[in-house]
Amino acid sequence: MARAATTADAFNAVAEPRRRRILDLLAEGEQPVNDLVASLGIGQPQVSKHLRVLREVGLVDVREEGRQRIYRLNGRSLKPIHDWVVGYEQAWTGRFDRLDAVLEDLTEEERKDGHDDD
Amino acid sequence: MDTMTTSGTAVVTLPQETQILITREFAAPARLVYRAWTEPDLIARWWSGERGEVTSVEIDLRVGGRWRYVMTANEGFEVAFHGEFREIVPEERIVMTEAFEGIPDPDDHATLNIITFEEVDGRTTLTQLAECGSRETRDMIIDSGMEGGMQEAMDRLEQVAVALA
Repeated sequence: MARAATTADAFNAVAEPRRRRILDLLAEGEQPVNDLVASLGIGQPQVSKHLRVLREVGLVDVREEGRQRIYRLNGRSLKPIHDWVVGYEQAWTGRFDRLDAVLEDLTEEERKDGHDDD
Repeated sequence: MDTMTTSGTAVVTLPQETQILITREFAAPARLVYRAWTEPDLIARWWSGERGEVTSVEIDLRVGGRWRYVMTANEGFEVAFHGEFREIVPEERIVMTEAFEGIPDPDDHATLNIITFEEVDGRTTLTQLAECGSRETRDMIIDSGMEGGMQEAMDRLEQVAVALA
């Protein structure tokens, strides 16, 4: 059976707001499904569906404790996304730092010209 | 998770599966940020960031007009992007396509960028939302290091160039 495209990789998995919320909640510590359901305010089947997607791409791990299934964040699998975002952010931060300098010069020019040259 | 990192001042988020959003505040009014974003001489001063030097900026700033920026990376090779303006509201909003010339069929994998300039108390929040259109395009962008800015992407590009030679 064809697997839903959204489960393809971690980038897709975190592109869904509720799944990001689940990761946020699990970032505070491991939690049983019922606690996640209570925090999210959506039905248990939906929460379980999101958890399955997250588990398939390795973003969360699960363990059984008695009759409960306890989920926790797997930080390592977030690393590819984190690395890409950090690199992308650095490239833009470099640009924006230079843009700051350009804007300082423009502001200075306007001040000299008496700010009536628009 | 919405804000992936907070290092630096450019904030990058992935609001949807095929979208990349950058947000940054500038200590200047929108009219100046807009000028810096649209005037060739000014773009040439910042667009390459720390990765190299801009060698060419062509802009035909009107709806349907085209643009093309080229930089020489610190490692010596050229990186070029081009696109077309789709919507222009001076000092407020620009919608433009952006294609990276370092991949096969660049125009088939162009992103649609929506740039907004919002001024409050003399400061301007700039946002750029890049809509990739498909997961394939998004993945190509991510694999190519988006702006050709990341070292590992450069290395990969070099490998491709060597393989093609």
